Amino acid sequence: MSAGSDGTVRRALSALRHDPPAVAGTLVLLLLLVVGLAGRWLAPAGTNDVDVEKMLRPPSLDHPFGTDELGRDVLSRVLAAARVSLEVGLVSVGIALLVGVTVGLLAGWYRGWVDNVLMRGMDVLFAFPVLLLAVAIVAVLGPGLVTAMVAIGVVYTPIFARVTRAGVLSVREQVFVRAAVSIGASDARIIRRHVLPNIAAPLIVQTSLSLAFAILSEAALSFLGLGVQPPAPAWGRMLYDGRGFVTEAWWLGVFPGAAIFLTVLAFNLVGDALRDVLDPRQLTVSEARRSRA
Amino acid sequence: MARFVLRRLLQSAIVLLGVTLVVFLLLQLVPGDPVRVALGTRFDQQTYDALRERSGLDRPLVAQYVSYVSHALTGDLGVSFRSGQPVTTIVLERLPATLSLAVTAVLLALLVAFPLGVLSAVRSGSALDHAARVFSQFGVSVPDFWTGIMGILLFAGVLGWLPPSGYVALTEDPAGWASHVILPATAVGLVTASILTRFIRSSVLEVLSEDYVRTAVAKGLRARVVVVRHVLRNALIPVVTVVAVQLASLVGGVIVIEVLFAWPGVGRLTYDAVQARDYPVLQGAVLFVAALFLLMNLLVDVLYARLDPRIGAR
Repeated sequence: MSAGSDGTVRRALSALRHDPPAVAGTLVLLLLLVVGLAGRWLAPAGTNDVDVEKMLRPPSLDHPFGTDELGRDVLSRVLAAARVSLEVGLVSVGIALLVGVTVGLLAGWYRGWVDNVLMRGMDVLFAFPVLLLAVAIVAVLGPGLVTAMVAIGVVYTPIFARVTRAGVLSVREQVFVRAAVSIGASDARIIRRHVLPNIAAPLIVQTSLSLAFAILSEAALSFLGLGVQPPAPAWGRMLYDGRGFVTEAWWLGVFPGAAIFLTVLAFNLVGDALRDVLDPRQLTVSEARRSRA
Repeated sequence: MARFVLRRLLQSAIVLLGVTLVVFLLLQLVPGDPVRVALGTRFDQQTYDALRERSGLDRPLVAQYVSYVSHALTGDLGVSFRSGQPVTTIVLERLPATLSLAVTAVLLALLVAFPLGVLSAVRSGSALDHAARVFSQFGVSVPDFWTGIMGILLFAGVLGWLPPSGYVALTEDPAGWASHVILPATAVGLVTASILTRFIRSSVLEVLSEDYVRTAVAKGLRARVVVVRHVLRNALIPVVTVVAVQLASLVGGVIVIEVLFAWPGVGRLTYDAVQARDYPVLQGAVLFVAALFLLMNLLVDVLYARLDPRIGAR
């Protein structure tokens, strides 16, 4: 690892240690990680254990989050759905990061027609409201976990391409890069050894903030029945299924929604703290989309 | 300025062409034959052939795309697989409902964000500033459909003050419309208000640190006069554009809220088209919204260049 990325990681960790909201966000994320990995062992009941005699029971010691319209334990389903949200968030942002960074590197490094073609393609994707494009992609490919990941990955790719390209355009003019070019280093080596470590900071920030929006998008797709398919639990789907009973069973609306909110808030708190330290000029996904004028 | 507008027009036209390509290719991504998928299992050959010919799917791909773009340019977005009605008519029928929701949401958001953002910046570091920052952090993290469900639970379920869902046209019954729009508009507006509060706060803070503001304070002007005459006038230029872009994004971005509140707008239409596998309506709605989004962004750019001549001169 180069000195550039070493410094970035050190500053990132320092940012997370010294900012109380970021500490809280990190703790929530660690908790979420534990729940995501060990949810099925922590859950007091099976996620699909139907018991019609226990339908719509309010929170109690047996069922701390109550039961749903099929008598299933809501707490167990909320815990199991954490894994789904994390999986979709991580994989979709991973796709966006991989494709977006590749496109941004190629566009920024080679400039000219490569830049024009690739970035106009990104402009086209940027022209669609995020959820609308995700819905359209899932609608044609068929609903499910994998298509939701792909759709969310596609819609968040342009922001990574733009952040990467902007970074590359700035770094490629630096003396150390020009020196590497002059001694005949290959493009791949310069990009790997000199460019990538120096654009790591905005990418780390963008990844953290995008995870929040990816989880929100997954919840929205699940709410529309286009994400994870029943009977597998997903927070958005639980809200959709519970919306018809919410006036008589408030717990069906409160707990899955609170889980989405806390997760997104935690990612936002961590992302904001990282941004303040690593890249104060960078905008969030929503700000970038709304401030491109 | 004219050159700037012309350049942005050209850029938007190129992007719009790309948008038509993406929307056109969506139909090609449908696994199998989209007409067969749309018709389900019970149909005769004659119906199948007629729908296939009417939607142009019996022609080569390039010919289909050229035909799609040329028809779209004249406002013809095809016909619905289900109802046989022109897609443009269907989308335009749904637009007023979405616009009324989006405009109300942005107005509600401004009502909260404007005073909160300005006061938070003017009294930076105060308890109010901290409260505003917490509000905006919470607001951008909360899913709008969860706020909507909580609203239904409290105001429709517990208090019984508002209807849980449904729609009444503004032109038919303004009071009925208001009672139906308040919950969905508040759910959407909360997120918008959080974003606008952040923008207004940072924009006002930036202007407050300018030399001309310091000069205005130094020459003894009252704080209120400095804020109104010198700070707000300059700080609100970027905010105007953000509000317009926010409105544009809401026109295509309120699918979930429209589904939750049975609001018959373009978002609900998109959802229904997905459920019914009515691909021409899905394509038409997506293209329409993306084109509207592009147009609004173009107008925002021109407006921004007009408000801040430095932009147009670049």
